[in-house]
Amino acid sequence: MTTPIDFKAQLIAEFQLNETRLNGESRSSLHQRRRLALSRFEQLGFPTIRHEEWKYSNVKNLVSQEFNITPSAEISHEDLTSLEIPNLAGNILYFINGQYQPQLSTIVSPADEVEILTFTEGYKKYPALVEEHFAQYADDSNDAFTALNTAFAQYGAFIHVTKGKIVETPIILRFISDARAENVAVQLRNLVIVEERASVKVAESFRTIGDFSSFTNTVTEAFLGNEANYDHYKVQDESEKAFHIGTTQVHHSDKALSYDTTVTLNGGWIRNNLNLVMGGEHVEAHLTGLYLPNGKQHIDNHTLVDHAMPNSYSNELYKGIMFDKSTGVFNGKIFVREDAQKTNAYQSCKNVLASPDATMNTKPQLEIYADDVKCSHGTTTGQMDEEALFYLQSRGIPKDKGRALLMLAFAEDVVEKIKIPAIREYLESAIAKKVGEV
Amino acid sequence: MLKIENLQASIGEKQILKGINLEVKPGEVHAIMGPNGSGKSTLASVLAGREDYDVTGGSVLFEGKDLLELAPEERAAEGIFLAFQYPVEIPGVSTTNFLKTALNEIRKYQGQEPLDAVSFLKRMKEKMKLVNIDQSLLSRSLNEGFSGGEKKRNEVFQMAMLEPRLGILDETDSGLDIDALRIVAEGVNTLRDGERSFIVVTHYQRLLDYIVPDFVHVLYKGRIVKSGTKELALELEEKGYDWIKAEVDALV
Ligand SMILES: Nc1ncnc2c1ncn2[C@@H]1O[C@H](COP(=O)(O)OP(=O)(O)OP(=O)(O)O)[C@@H](O)[C@H]1O
Ligand SMILES: [Mg+2]
Repeated sequence: MTTPIDFKAQLIAEFQLNETRLNGESRSSLHQRRRLALSRFEQLGFPTIRHEEWKYSNVKNLVSQEFNITPSAEISHEDLTSLEIPNLAGNILYFINGQYQPQLSTIVSPADEVEILTFTEGYKKYPALVEEHFAQYADDSNDAFTALNTAFAQYGAFIHVTKGKIVETPIILRFISDARAENVAVQLRNLVIVEERASVKVAESFRTIGDFSSFTNTVTEAFLGNEANYDHYKVQDESEKAFHIGTTQVHHSDKALSYDTTVTLNGGWIRNNLNLVMGGEHVEAHLTGLYLPNGKQHIDNHTLVDHAMPNSYSNELYKGIMFDKSTGVFNGKIFVREDAQKTNAYQSCKNVLASPDATMNTKPQLEIYADDVKCSHGTTTGQMDEEALFYLQSRGIPKDKGRALLMLAFAEDVVEKIKIPAIREYLESAIAKKVGEV
Repeated sequence: MLKIENLQASIGEKQILKGINLEVKPGEVHAIMGPNGSGKSTLASVLAGREDYDVTGGSVLFEGKDLLELAPEERAAEGIFLAFQYPVEIPGVSTTNFLKTALNEIRKYQGQEPLDAVSFLKRMKEKMKLVNIDQSLLSRSLNEGFSGGEKKRNEVFQMAMLEPRLGILDETDSGLDIDALRIVAEGVNTLRDGERSFIVVTHYQRLLDYIVPDFVHVLYKGRIVKSGTKELALELEEKGYDWIKAEVDALV
């Protein structure tokens, strides 16, 4: 019998091995930042359920697995046919086990509008810009996975939108875990910088192929300049054996406008953190989420809206339909700091338990230190609306179909927020299929 | 067409229908009146197949079939339509889409091809005119934020679209303004073709001025305690229910 490898030790050893290959770069301030992150990871270790933030999401099964943490990426066009999103057009970047695949990718937007590079290329070309923003927003001082991710920052995308440019062509990042041969673990780090008055839509799509386990630890940091517009979509359709821990961090300057939509169709065990910090005034932020777990899937969404400055608006709507023995968590924090007068902050989380064995834990957490604010929150978790179902049946619509129709309608509030038509249509048909089958 | 014999139904421990007998023949209009809480909506719901109620006795035959054996959607496909006293709001589903689905499911059950888009729209236009309902209302979410009257009008519009054999109208007149009442009633009258039957639950004679019933029944404490022709409705309008209640309660 072999003794299981300690995952933490394995990661630290890999970091040190990697460092010996860096030569001159090891003295760069980027790498010094990675080192700091690694030491934080070492100190923090993986969280247990005693940690307040991880109470309902146990990482035990994740960290006790063995993963290849430096998996290879060999994939052909044919391997990807099953993952295609019909009619998808735009800047499409494929990353297989973290590694960028130029031969599969298409970049059409001109570089004077938006520079789309890999994280590594971005750092080579714009070291000062990367150092100015990298790891400045996603806090790794108290989050082991963000610390780990920061320490390993290397794979992922760098997106820089030039001042005043409206990028109409969406940017679609397709992250595919190839678990056909072994258990794979991948760390992804994206940096998005949207300069003043610029506008961009970025979608991240997560898929898996293969029957082995996969672990994705991903962090996307976005900095929004004054009056910047940012649409960000995260779409997850992973395997039953996929673990996913992700942090989306958005920093707003004055009058920035953001839409974040997170849709989880499938995945084994998922933790999504969405953190918005309003570092400017007159910010408008929309957060929407949808999750439809079935089987024994576990989906945890933690959101944080930090109203650090006055006169801003945030609106949050998360919706879930829980099938079978699935489990879900919604934790929504809203901070309204002392200075943040005239804040409007709304939060709502609505869940349908489509099975008596499914469970959903919701926890809104409002901390308000200013007095002139408008805040509201509400969570509901209940059964399917039987009155509505009977109404549909009484018009000739069979029960199963009626139930699917109601679920689709329930999901539509979130899906309609996605402004990339091909992705919206893909989701609508995937959701219709899922609610029709489960 | 419809034959109800000694129908008994309860909810939990509480018996609400205590032996209803009613026969409706093709083309007939039966009005059901009676005090609040007497069981009128319960009867309508049991006929439409609401699962909250337990049928504890009796039988219902519809066109020779045992109605109580059928799921609500099968009853609808067989030709029963219930216009709800309190139509349900369904966010995110437009009336148009919902009706297309409903109509085609019914056609499927009846072994017919789905209606093509052109014929569907044609039928929509025709029936919209019938009840004077606006397109903008139909593209909104089903009943969501509709006024009371708009909801009722939408019920009759749906009935016109689905062309049932038996329409059950549960207080469709309440909440309608005077003009809407006339329009809706005329819509119903247009659907009276000598074959299609109606059960009209109402509290007011006013509706029966427009939709003239063949029979009027009084439901009280879960039983039909009096039946007559349209003159009975006039008498009730004038005298109220006390005399009937007194008659019935004296027997107990
Ligand atoms: N779900 C329920 N739970 C408990 N009691 C019920 C339920 N539904 C109906 N009832 C009771 O059954 C009785 C009959 O109700 P029903 O709605 O059929 O009356 P109705 O004749 O339609 O009255 P109205 O004229 O006010 O519409 C009432 O006493 C009502 O409270
Ligand atoms: Mg009633």
